[in-house]
Amino acid sequence: MADAGFTLDRSKDLSQPLDRLSADERLKKSSNYLRGTISTGLLDRITGAVATDDTRLMKIHGMYQQDDRDLRDERRRQKLEPAYRFMIRVRLPGGVCTADQWLKLDALARSHGGNQLRLTTRQTFQFHWVLKEDVRATIQGLHEALLDTVAACGDVSRNVMCAADPEDSQLHAEVVEAARTVSEEYLPRTRAYHEIWYGEEKVASSDDEQEPFYGATYLPRKFKIGFVVPPSNDIDVYTQDLGFIAIQGPDGLEGFNVAIGGGMGRTENEPLTYPRLADVIGFISKDRLVATTGAVMSVQRDYGNRAERNRARFKYTIDDKGLDWIKAEIESRLGAPLEPARPFHFTSNGDSFGWRETESGRSNCTLYVESGRLANRPGRSWLDGLQAVARRHRGTFRVTPNQNLIVAGVSAEDRPAIEALIAEHGLAGTPESAIRRNSIACVALPTCGLAMAEAERYLPDILGRIEAILAAHGLTDEPITFRISGCPNGCSRPYVAEIALTGRAPGKYNFYLGGGFHGERLARMVRENVGEAEILNVLEDLLGRYAGERHPGERLGDFVERVSYLASEQQVPGRIDPII
Amino acid sequence: MTARALFPADTLSGEQRRQVEALSGSVTPEQARWISGDFAGLQAGIARLAGEGALPAGAAAAVRTLTVLHGGETGNSASLAKAFAAAAADQGLVAQVEDMARYKPRRLRDEQDLLLIVSTHGEGDPPQPALDFFEFVEGPKAPRLPELRYSVLALGDSTYEHFCEAGRRLDRRFEALGAARLADRAECDVDYDETAAQWRAEALALLVAQAGAGCEVSAPADPAFPASAAHDKRNPFPARIIDKLTIVGRDSTKETRHVELDIAGSGLAYQPGDALGVVARNDPAVVAALIDAAGLSGDSALTIKGEPTTLAEALESHFEIAITPPRFLDHWAAVTGSAELKRLGSDEGKAERQAWLRANHIVDIVRRFSAKNVDSSTFVAGLRPLQPRLYSISSSLSAMPDEAHITLAPVRYRLHGEARHGVASAHLADRSAVGDSLPVYIQPNEQFRLPEDDKAIIMIGAGTGIAPYRAFLQEREARGSTGKSWLFFGERNFRSDFLYQAEWQAWLKDGTLGRMDVAFSRDRGEKSYVQHRMVERAGDLFAWLEDGAHLYLCGDAAQMAPDVHETLISIVAEEGRLQREGAEEYVRALQRSHRYQRDVY
Ligand code: SRM
Ligand SMILES: Cc1cc2nc3c(=O)[nH]c(=O)nc-3n(C[C@H](O)[C@H](O)[C@H](O)COP(=O)(O)OP(=O)(O)OC[C@H]3O[C@@H](n4cnc5c(N)ncnc54)[C@H](O)[C@@H]3O)c2cc1C
Ligand SMILES: Cc1cc2nc3c(=O)[nH]c(=O)nc-3n(C[C@H](O)[C@H](O)[C@H](O)COP(=O)(O)O)c2cc1C
Ligand code: SF4
Repeated sequence: MADAGFTLDRSKDLSQPLDRLSADERLKKSSNYLRGTISTGLLDRITGAVATDDTRLMKIHGMYQQDDRDLRDERRRQKLEPAYRFMIRVRLPGGVCTADQWLKLDALARSHGGNQLRLTTRQTFQFHWVLKEDVRATIQGLHEALLDTVAACGDVSRNVMCAADPEDSQLHAEVVEAARTVSEEYLPRTRAYHEIWYGEEKVASSDDEQEPFYGATYLPRKFKIGFVVPPSNDIDVYTQDLGFIAIQGPDGLEGFNVAIGGGMGRTENEPLTYPRLADVIGFISKDRLVATTGAVMSVQRDYGNRAERNRARFKYTIDDKGLDWIKAEIESRLGAPLEPARPFHFTSNGDSFGWRETESGRSNCTLYVESGRLANRPGRSWLDGLQAVARRHRGTFRVTPNQNLIVAGVSAEDRPAIEALIAEHGLAGTPESAIRRNSIACVALPTCGLAMAEAERYLPDILGRIEAILAAHGLTDEPITFRISGCPNGCSRPYVAEIALTGRAPGKYNFYLGGGFHGERLARMVRENVGEAEILNVLEDLLGRYAGERHPGERLGDFVERVSYLASEQQVPGRIDPII
Repeated sequence: MTARALFPADTLSGEQRRQVEALSGSVTPEQARWISGDFAGLQAGIARLAGEGALPAGAAAAVRTLTVLHGGETGNSASLAKAFAAAAADQGLVAQVEDMARYKPRRLRDEQDLLLIVSTHGEGDPPQPALDFFEFVEGPKAPRLPELRYSVLALGDSTYEHFCEAGRRLDRRFEALGAARLADRAECDVDYDETAAQWRAEALALLVAQAGAGCEVSAPADPAFPASAAHDKRNPFPARIIDKLTIVGRDSTKETRHVELDIAGSGLAYQPGDALGVVARNDPAVVAALIDAAGLSGDSALTIKGEPTTLAEALESHFEIAITPPRFLDHWAAVTGSAELKRLGSDEGKAERQAWLRANHIVDIVRRFSAKNVDSSTFVAGLRPLQPRLYSISSSLSAMPDEAHITLAPVRYRLHGEARHGVASAHLADRSAVGDSLPVYIQPNEQFRLPEDDKAIIMIGAGTGIAPYRAFLQEREARGSTGKSWLFFGERNFRSDFLYQAEWQAWLKDGTLGRMDVAFSRDRGEKSYVQHRMVERAGDLFAWLEDGAHLYLCGDAAQMAPDVHETLISIVAEEGRLQREGAEEYVRALQRSHRYQRDVY
């Protein structure tokens, strides 16, 4: 135990009786390890939905109840319930899957997922539009391909991310393995998933057998772990609850710098919620990886705020208890101090596209997938194309943290054929403008229940208009990160982008500038709740000055900071909120 | 005969005797007959009350009892029966109006003059409420009826294969039971006014002649005969459409509409279970096509019921111009002299007629068998008047004062390569908008009524058959009824066709509706219908019935109703461990006690 001097506030954590904690805590506790009434709810023929409490539990099973928001009002007038559908998120540590698994995902997308697959910013696949009666079949289909959705959502350790490194180094292979290990190690152990979705027999078991690590109430909130391999910061390690920065020595992977307390989500008009960048607190040798993960997560498990859900993320636990105390607590649980952090260096958080030879002599091809949406559209039959590739391909597929896709490990003899297929299905083209290649949009409307404005569906238009401005100033080839989210939760990690928009209302966004090009600095709000015209005005002015006044090679985000563009903007309306 | 014959000396006090003798001295023989008749009438009444059978011969000859017995489902027979009683009253005759649904058939042997007004339903079947009556009359328990004089007014619709079949059956049977036919059977098509009036006149004439013409004795008017409502079938109320929307979701294979009408100030009142009569007009485009096919001109003058009008207007508002009545077949055969049409009209063509008429509507016939210079009045002579269409009211006045909601399934089909639409449903769906007015009236349905508030109800319906149950639950919610409720609903697709889904869900939440089972026939995987759900729940269903639940069935008469009925019988047999006959009797008993009510169409 650390530092006696200061008295620790435990009024809101696990040590408290349930009735002092939030409703979600009571629900988890009473759910009999995430069983709730899900099984019976699936059989209810009167509704395409499940009980509200069950929708919460189902998150930890990797699925969300949603409804087609485009139809909401129409159906209300028709006296019909909303068009309920389920979003199912696959657990895919490091974002890697085999060609066979791809074919299964493709088949399920066609049979139950509205003929589309969605690549996510945490390197996995999402099925949208799944009907209640098809959820089980979908999960069982994934099972056949040795895939599952356990802990893809909910108050547990989420999909573990891992740099998608197109160089395909030996180092990368080792780190992916590490990501897998951590993911497996901290999976929920409850049998509920097997019983409900695979229809397995219920086996009586004591609490500890049920959840030796998590316990009956799991974590206070979602917990996100990611591994990154410098110089690429594609996973945005500073936005993870727990980030591991691979440190390479003369003979391969030596260990990781440990970063804790990152997170993007904020809530409008709740100043106690804010994005926060992770702090690098030290170095561990690779053999201490699992233990360190456990130590960090157990601190959040035991001290995280379970009374106020909007303050439950690890980043707030750290700010409430103090970074030093948290670090000390982690070390005490590890039984040894962390070593001092090792030097490392990031260059970018984006992807680089096209073909690459790898150390192994095989080659990888990074494909640009706009907003990660794989479907068949006129001129871009992407779903069909990748199905064809998967039939031929003997390597793997890798989802990147920027929602793009890498066809990895292509053998020399397969390459011509695969290259042809990629071209044939309109998958080869990468966007002209560098800003588009460095853009991310979250899902938002029509499926996301929290969206306040368009994101994915709006990205092409808004980018088109920004590209016009860039072109006018000869900046088309200038890599600039642009990220848009349909609400302040920040699923596209907008708060570390150079230009970012987060939705407030249809057509209205909070407008941010100045994030670090490789995710090292938070952006600041320059306009609150404004429309496209205002956004383009500001950009017209900013990009004009950037083109003229920038230092050689200076990034837009850095320029904004240097000329304290924000300060010079003070006089114009629009609040600049103090980001902690 | 004289007064003396009626009153043996010992039955009168001295005072009475003096009065009668004084009277008998003063009256003419004619008057004496009337008086005796009157007294006999009194005695007949006394005799009936005392439950005695035959009357004193003398009196029987003098005055006979008169009963008007009606059986129907949509009220036409009933109103004709009442009209008859009123007319009889004007003629000084006391007529008892009785509904076959409640009439004790054993009373038949006491009847003397019996007028039967009965409609045909289903596929040539007797009206549901009259089933018991038919069973008795046509069964072995029926008494010989030598004393009885009767006449049948059969109501029907000539587009049905078994036209007026129920009426014909009664006519045959009463003859077989030895009763004497007072007036010949009259068969009414849906435009029954004239035929009914003729029959009434004929029957009354014969009765009065017997009772003695020009009798002044005034008979009490039948209390069952209501002061006619301000607005009814003859005088519909122009109701404004206040809302109209499609209530099936995108990519539904249906286009079911919900229509709300404003009946404020109309004086129209209805109960849950009643239907709304809608007086629609034909589609001007269809009218034009027909006029064109007949080689006529739309504005050629015409007189309908004494009113001058044009052919176009008449065809739009007065006549059925789509479905072909047999009447038109004969008419057009005469007009065109076509051998083929003649053959179809003849017994030789009987076999194929039904199908042929369904496949060849008026315009198709007129196109194919063109008539040389036929004039407008000749043309319309073969047509039947346009009938109002009925729609189960899907709202309750206690929840929706001044409103009547209906749930409409537009009728659309292709014929001879053309898209065709139902007259009324298309008028409502395609040619009327919010703000427009449509003539409507209330069609009461005593055969489809909620029980007391504490009774359990089981409601079964498919498609628009769900409509009256919305009215039921609105009513029960408003009244805070305590009775349990259980709804079975069937349609094609869960996601698009779950009519009023949000409302049932709300009622399930607050307990107004206790249970609901649904069946969707076109959803991937399951091809199930309401009867399948009933079978799955057989145990509970039977238990509810045993506990006195009331069962309702509404919707499609062709497929759903028979299947559900059959399923009900087999469930009763299975769960009640009964033989088929026993189960059928169980279900019939339910109907008899009005605990199994149907509204099928
Ligand atoms: C699919 C995805 C966006 C995408 O376009 O790729 C996504 C989509 C959703 N996110 Fe997210 N989040 C996604 C990455 C993120 C990230 C980025 C990351 O993790 O690297 C963040 C910011 C980092 C963080 O967690 O702070 C993120 C922060 C949130 C939050 C805010 C959490 C917070 O602590 O404030 C919510 C809302 C919540 O959890 O209450 C949220 C909730 C949601 C939900 C499930 C909405 C909901 O809760 O009902 C969205 C489903 C939309 C849909 O229809 O698919 N999502 N979400 C990403 C899936 C990741 C995965 O595969 O697991
Ligand atoms: C008591 C009662 C309650 C009712 N409740 C409702 C209700 O709640 N909702 C509702 O929608 N309806 C209801 N109906 C039915 C409604 O009254 C009408 O019968 C229906 O709307 C059709 O009327 P229409 O004038 O539109 O069609 P019509 O002009 O009467 O056309 C129907 C006729 O078209 C012909 N036809 C149909 N299909 C074909 C084909 N494929 N080929 C050739 N000919 C064809 C048939 O002869 C059919 O009889 C109810 C009926 C009754 C008796
Ligand atoms: C569902 C239904 C079925 C009918 N079937 C027949 C039939 O088979 N034969 C017939 O002549 N008339 C049939 N008719 C027409 C009715 O007999 C006719 O409308 C009659 O006027 C109804 O009188 P009521 O209101 O006394 O029942 C049917 C009517 C309905 C609504
Ligand atoms: S950022 Fe908001 S709108 Fe976008 S996916 Fe996340 S929760 Fe939905």
